[in-house]
Amino acid sequence: MHDAVRELVRDGDTVAIEGFTHLICFAAGHEIIRQGRRDLTLARMTPDVVYDQMVAGGVASKLIFSWLGNPGVGSLHAIRRRIEEQDPAPLEIEEYSHFGMVCRYVAGASNLPFFPIRSYYESDIPGVNPNIVPMTSPYEDAAEVYVVPPLQPDVAIVHAQRADPSGDAQIWGLLGCQKEAAFAGKRVIVVCEEIVPESTIRQDPNRTAIPSAVVDAVVEEPFGCHPSFVQGYYDRDNAFYLDWDRIARDPETLEGWLDEWVYGLATHREYVEKWGDAHWDELRPEGAWSGQVNYGRYA
Amino acid sequence: MSEVAQELGYSKSEIMIAASARQLAGVRNCFVGVGLPNIVCNLAQRTIAPELQLVYESGVFGARPERLPLSIGDPTLVSGATAVTSMYELFAYYLQAGLIDVAFLGGAQIDRFGNLNTTVIGAYDKPKVRLPGSGGACEIAIHARQILVIMRQAQRSFVEKLHFRTSPGHSGDPAHDAARGWNGSGPTSVVTDLGTYVFDEGSGEMTLVTMHPGVGLEDVRANMGWEPKVAGDLGETPAPTAEELRLIREELDPGGVYTK
Repeated sequence: MHDAVRELVRDGDTVAIEGFTHLICFAAGHEIIRQGRRDLTLARMTPDVVYDQMVAGGVASKLIFSWLGNPGVGSLHAIRRRIEEQDPAPLEIEEYSHFGMVCRYVAGASNLPFFPIRSYYESDIPGVNPNIVPMTSPYEDAAEVYVVPPLQPDVAIVHAQRADPSGDAQIWGLLGCQKEAAFAGKRVIVVCEEIVPESTIRQDPNRTAIPSAVVDAVVEEPFGCHPSFVQGYYDRDNAFYLDWDRIARDPETLEGWLDEWVYGLATHREYVEKWGDAHWDELRPEGAWSGQVNYGRYA
Repeated sequence: MSEVAQELGYSKSEIMIAASARQLAGVRNCFVGVGLPNIVCNLAQRTIAPELQLVYESGVFGARPERLPLSIGDPTLVSGATAVTSMYELFAYYLQAGLIDVAFLGGAQIDRFGNLNTTVIGAYDKPKVRLPGSGGACEIAIHARQILVIMRQAQRSFVEKLHFRTSPGHSGDPAHDAARGWNGSGPTSVVTDLGTYVFDEGSGEMTLVTMHPGVGLEDVRANMGWEPKVAGDLGETPAPTAEELRLIREELDPGGVYTK
């Protein structure tokens, strides 16, 4: 992870660590904080605790998002301080709805100049974001749509359950925008719970979300999404999400947390060891395996 | 009111949940939010809407959660679901194409026409409180065939004028609304801790149709920022049944997280 972030994430970049509640790569966020990147534009549908940590860590000057909160808990206090009180510095924001953000990635991944959606009608959102533009269909019905611009992050970081050594990555459970963000990204880091042989990927090709053709680095980082979750591997650490509300409310407590859990550790492996095996055992779900399908052999 | 409700044997949240669940009779595809709507939908599925398909914006169609989901992206929504889709498919093929019958929305502020603010309190550029923003709410408000709102009533949330319109409701001009050509017909009802409202077909205005047992018109007036329209046949919300209360307390929210 250290090398991937050092080589692929640069000051001033637009960075998207995607994952909709699921597969949020906190390990990458922590490494970016540790390496002291600055002036990043952070894009994510739901900034979540990971961007609260990164904003508190001083890496960001701008946020692109569609829902700004601690899901199921409440607010992101470090981000709110930056927006409401410019404390310790202003944070530029650019906001969409979920569908708008999804379609920005789709347009970015598809090399389209814009993407039309039927949303934003009679909403105040386009009034505060000039990138959301009304347009009339050139076809007979002359439908009124809004268009959103493509999003092609300089760096997309997506977590997956498993990938082969080249970076062909398979995902199951909530898919979020992992695939769209990866295809849209100019540089792409795939992080996974486990590296598996290429034959494992080839055995179930329908499950491959991201081909190595678009991947610049692949990193094996078990528990790399904690406190978010990885379907089938570990549950969301809800106690941490709740605790983050307390930690982030007070800037000093937050700084202390970053010192202890980010700056004070050299790698994510140390973070995993610091939590301890008992913690990971508690988060591991019982098995619920899919059935198998027959692809057939056509020799 | 809370003391009255205690005497009656249920909490404000419980009558909100029961009253909302009954509105889902006959509904098939329902877009669910976390918190109260989630309990409402699960209660409806076990009582008056057994065919209900729970749809989550995280990309799940036909969820069968084995535990109370912690968020709309809980892994329990995935295991055993009918389908898990990309978010593009969920928003484009399911929502925008018009498959969603009912969706739940709420917000920090609502006005008399059911417009909702989930973005900001104060000025956008100088916010007093920065709220989460739209999420999927803006397009849900436009495309779900009906919108049900569940919100606790207060002067600061039932307001004459929104600070920001995140999600459109009725415009106040029924001819304009009819000409919109949206999949959705906008908000159809609001359930609060004091009563239930529908939107008047003529004016599109929120209209009080029932008050919960023990609630008076003065309570309703004291907790909203405009003089409410009241139905001529104003009634009383039926109290939750013993079976509804059992399901809520024993199966859906045994920890009392949402129903205290």
